[in-house]
Amino acid sequence: MVQQAPVPVPDSVLEVAGVDKSFAGVHALIGVHFTLRQGEVHALIGENGAGKSTLIKVMTGVYRPDAGRIRFAGRDREFRNPLEAQAAGISTIYQEVNLVPLMSVARNLYLGREPRRLGLVDVRRMNRDAAAELRRFGVDTDVTRPLRTLGLGAQQMVALARAVQVDARVVIMDEPTSSLEPREVDTLFEVIRRLKDHGIAVVYVSHRLDELYAVCDRVTVMRDGAVVHTGEIAGLERLKLISLMLGREPATVREEGATAFDADRDAATEGRPALRATQLNVRHRLHGVSLDIRPGEVVGLGGLLGAGRSETAKAIIGALAADGGSVEVDGTVLRRRSPAAAMRAGVVMLAEDRKAEGIIPSLSVRENIALAALPRLSRAGLVSQAKQDELVRFFMDRLRIKASGPDQRVGDLSGGNQQKVLLARWLCLQPKVLLLDEPTRGIDVGAKAEVQALINELAGDGLGVLLISSELEELIEGSDRVVVLKDGRVVGELAGDQVSEDALLGALAQDGQDRQVGQVGQVGQDRQVGQDRQDHDKEPQS
Amino acid sequence: MTTLAWTGAIRDRDRLLRLLQEYGVYAALAVLFLVAVALDGSFVSSGNVRIQLFQVAPTLLVALGMALVIGTEGIDLSVGAVVALAAAVVPLYLGYGLAPALLLALLLGAATGAVGGAMVAFARVQPIVATLSLMIGVRGLAEIVNGNSAKPVTDAALLGLGSDSFSGVPLMAWIAALCALVVGFVVRRTTFGRRLVAIGDNRQASRLAGLPVRRVLLTVYVVSGVLAALAGVMIVGHGAEADPANQGLNLELNAITAVVVGGTPLTGGRVRVLGTVAGALFMQLITAVLTQHDVPNSYTQIVEAAIICCAVYASQERGTR
Amino acid sequence: MSPTVLPSTTTPAGTGPAAQGARLPLRERLAGQIQHRGALAVLVLVAAIASATSATFPTWSNISSILGNNAFVWLLALGMTFVIITGGIDLSVGSMYALGGVLGAYGAQTGGTWLAILLPLAVGAAWGTVQGLLIARAGMAPFIVTLAGLLGARGLLQAVTREGATTYLVPAGSWFRNLGAGVWTPVVLVAVLFALGGLLLTRTRFGAALTALGGNENAAVLMGLPVARAKVLVYLLSGTLAAAAGALGSARLGSGVTTIGVGYELTAISAVVIGGTLLTGGSGSIGGTVSGVLLLAVIHNLIDHYFSQYGSAFTDTVNGAFLALVVLLQTLLSRTQQLS
Repeated sequence: MVQQAPVPVPDSVLEVAGVDKSFAGVHALIGVHFTLRQGEVHALIGENGAGKSTLIKVMTGVYRPDAGRIRFAGRDREFRNPLEAQAAGISTIYQEVNLVPLMSVARNLYLGREPRRLGLVDVRRMNRDAAAELRRFGVDTDVTRPLRTLGLGAQQMVALARAVQVDARVVIMDEPTSSLEPREVDTLFEVIRRLKDHGIAVVYVSHRLDELYAVCDRVTVMRDGAVVHTGEIAGLERLKLISLMLGREPATVREEGATAFDADRDAATEGRPALRATQLNVRHRLHGVSLDIRPGEVVGLGGLLGAGRSETAKAIIGALAADGGSVEVDGTVLRRRSPAAAMRAGVVMLAEDRKAEGIIPSLSVRENIALAALPRLSRAGLVSQAKQDELVRFFMDRLRIKASGPDQRVGDLSGGNQQKVLLARWLCLQPKVLLLDEPTRGIDVGAKAEVQALINELAGDGLGVLLISSELEELIEGSDRVVVLKDGRVVGELAGDQVSEDALLGALAQDGQDRQVGQVGQVGQDRQVGQDRQDHDKEPQS
Repeated sequence: MTTLAWTGAIRDRDRLLRLLQEYGVYAALAVLFLVAVALDGSFVSSGNVRIQLFQVAPTLLVALGMALVIGTEGIDLSVGAVVALAAAVVPLYLGYGLAPALLLALLLGAATGAVGGAMVAFARVQPIVATLSLMIGVRGLAEIVNGNSAKPVTDAALLGLGSDSFSGVPLMAWIAALCALVVGFVVRRTTFGRRLVAIGDNRQASRLAGLPVRRVLLTVYVVSGVLAALAGVMIVGHGAEADPANQGLNLELNAITAVVVGGTPLTGGRVRVLGTVAGALFMQLITAVLTQHDVPNSYTQIVEAAIICCAVYASQERGTR
Repeated sequence: MSPTVLPSTTTPAGTGPAAQGARLPLRERLAGQIQHRGALAVLVLVAAIASATSATFPTWSNISSILGNNAFVWLLALGMTFVIITGGIDLSVGSMYALGGVLGAYGAQTGGTWLAILLPLAVGAAWGTVQGLLIARAGMAPFIVTLAGLLGARGLLQAVTREGATTYLVPAGSWFRNLGAGVWTPVVLVAVLFALGGLLLTRTRFGAALTALGGNENAAVLMGLPVARAKVLVYLLSGTLAAAAGALGSARLGSGVTTIGVGYELTAISAVVIGGTLLTGGSGSIGGTVSGVLLLAVIHNLIDHYFSQYGSAFTDTVNGAFLALVVLLQTLLSRTQQLS
């Protein structure tokens, strides 16, 4: 691990030194040092929960650091809110464009700073200036149109133009390309280079490695709230970058397992798939994703953040409207596409965002577990207390849910127990296929092992499981087969002995230019990753 | 908004407000009752109690429906208009007997609720707007149906419904109490009640858990409409006249007040039936005490307005954390 | 060293999302037109049909009575437009209208014209400010705060008139009385206020801030707009306008009528929404509200003429149906726009 020493860099414009930040005892940032030089484009990367967004929020005054300091333009600063940071010259372009969609493009560009004449807004001048200004950002449009009617790329440009106009010295871009067309990405890069020429520093957050190499000068990698690497990006090979992000030096965990998964379980490779998804398309997110899950099989879904893993799961159960594609359960095509229909067919999903999409916080453990199973626990709309209690007791025992009792509010439970409650909610439906989106994220070690053991056991009982995990070892050791996604496409599949960290890292590190679907067994061996993959290439794979 | 973490000193105040939300209404009701008795011993005379019960019963009925709607993070402003509609149609069909007239009124209440519910559930119009349009339109419709003047009602059965007592307690109060029991049972023990609360607490999670979100929302507004129609029939029976221009005016406000004072947060996810009953009684009692001690109606209204604001403030956000 | 990978499609600056230029798709433009000018079109249509089929409608006496008798009430819709554009709602304006009327008459009777003008304005402003503070600072829902305001203002009104027992009269022949008399004074007064309102909304930073706040509150905060202040001011404005409208109304009627104003808030909301202002906030225009109030006034007039036996009930029904229709239309339009 490379911990950057807080040596003052002469031309640094923004410097974060030894910043700690924790929320309710959870450390989100631990002794973070981050230096942004004038006129550089600095990539900030890391998986979910690595602390990127917390760091950005500390830099822009949304949060105040518990310890450490922030120097901006040569002075120690404590921004109390985003506004102060913005006024000082730190602008942020958010992933969701933070403008006013119903107002005109010109209005958005000048809100709060409209040119005035005789005390009234000079609309004509505002429109003229806006048109001229935006043309410099490659947007040639009628500026009186509502912003909403522009493409997302153009909207982002408006946000960028606005940011630059308020005399920004630092522009922070949070996943600016996530909804852009390739051509719009090129324009964005062009603009970023222009910003750079003007001495404006850019913090660039993205999960698309190709982009980082294309536009960034330096990179900072974060993991678990700490900075694990800072340096020039040009000399850094992709595989190294990914292993830094995931925290796995490929060579180190060759032999010993790191999870509670049972390596010996026999995977079913025969028979009709319990679930078959064909050519799922979701605009901007998924492009023809297909996959099979056989009964008793754990299929891992690999990919970096933003590759379309959660979207795939959501498209399967119909929570995300798919533009095309079909889903078959046990050979029967699902005609209605909704979570309720998928549930009836025996496909359920454990959502990634436990708080927003999983628990009903003010209901009790009992009510949360029984929620989806209510129809089968009730007669004529009346919930049978006896049946319900039996079921709840069974699952609280089986999953070892630690609560003061079935009446405790789920919102008051620990993350691990909330997750078990949600698992119980789905298991009591006796599903055929279980889609697990980050089942062990944010839960303590003990609960994690329990959940992993449970997944194992369930697959042993013949359940088909789709496992999404950002933790490499969990994915590798838990899955019988791993389907690798990148930019919403299936780029490879690892089966049998190929399910290894090296192979997966290799698949993830593929050059983005090369988007053909990898053949089974091919991925990870013959992808050009960089010219010097010395240490990994020396070791024979598979 | 960005979740700025202003924790710390606020926490104690939050706990206090939570306690207030949880048990405040019962304490306030008890205190108010004692004050009322202390001021005037005849307050607990059976005659006075009966008068109070007559007045509170329709409000309570409407408030029960409102509590369900608010539980789904909605609001139903059309209830007062539904009362007017019921008042308008009942006299027209009393010739066929009370039962058909009552049934028709309830059906129209259900229909009004269904229109509002469909706008909320299927067209995803904000509840306040959907029911506001019904509030305006349906009362107008009721006045058209009724004509310009109030009509006296002479049907013995209807008058009985409005003024008879059973074991010394008004029939209307019995019905309202029965409905409260049923609603309480529904909320606690039925699939529907469970779903309703879950949807109000976390709609997205409920949808992903496969709950029939739209159907539940639609049903909730229908139930609210039916209860309001029943209240309307009672009001006509008690007043012995049908006056759609005035009956049920501001009833939605009184119902919302009862619910909110009873500790149900406007942000949904909770239905406090007993609290709602206490809330309705509390508001009734405060009006009665003020009126009986010759406090002018004007000050009563101002006091009520202040209570609403305080109750809403106390029940805000903290209900869901 | 791995070479920096440049995308193969590097383009010179200045191209890119240029395809955005040109014009909007037809459906988009149509939706926009319906929202902004739908009320005007229906107004013209209804007025044309009425003029063609009725002999009394297009007469000056009829038109002047429409204008003169309603103009002051339209000020409620003016204030409501601002409130709704911020995504809020003000249900207290009907009560405030009545209170303003009583205070205006009280002022005229006891202190003369200046008191008659200043007292309602001050009370309306104060009432609006309190509501605004509860909404902006305490974070309470606008509808519940102003619903309580509706009740409280009525109560205050009852207190001022000793439960309706006292009627304050505007002395005949006083200067204040003249403000409400005839057709031209009310119409010009109201037209000027609407014009000022339009200017405020479209040509000042305050107006832009209101629209932005209704469209995306987060963004407005991040852009450094004075969001909380704007919210308070908007309820202040609405309260003041409602009280002023009431005072002028009392000048016209000659006394402070305590029972007036019930349900006026609903008519105001209907007019605003029919005029194309989005109930969800973020978009709207004073011009649209003018179309909205005129349309409702014309319909009211026609109903009075053809269905006089039903009185205002028919108008209410039509108002409600209109409101529901327009809101449904708005929701559907915004959904098509989201999809495209």
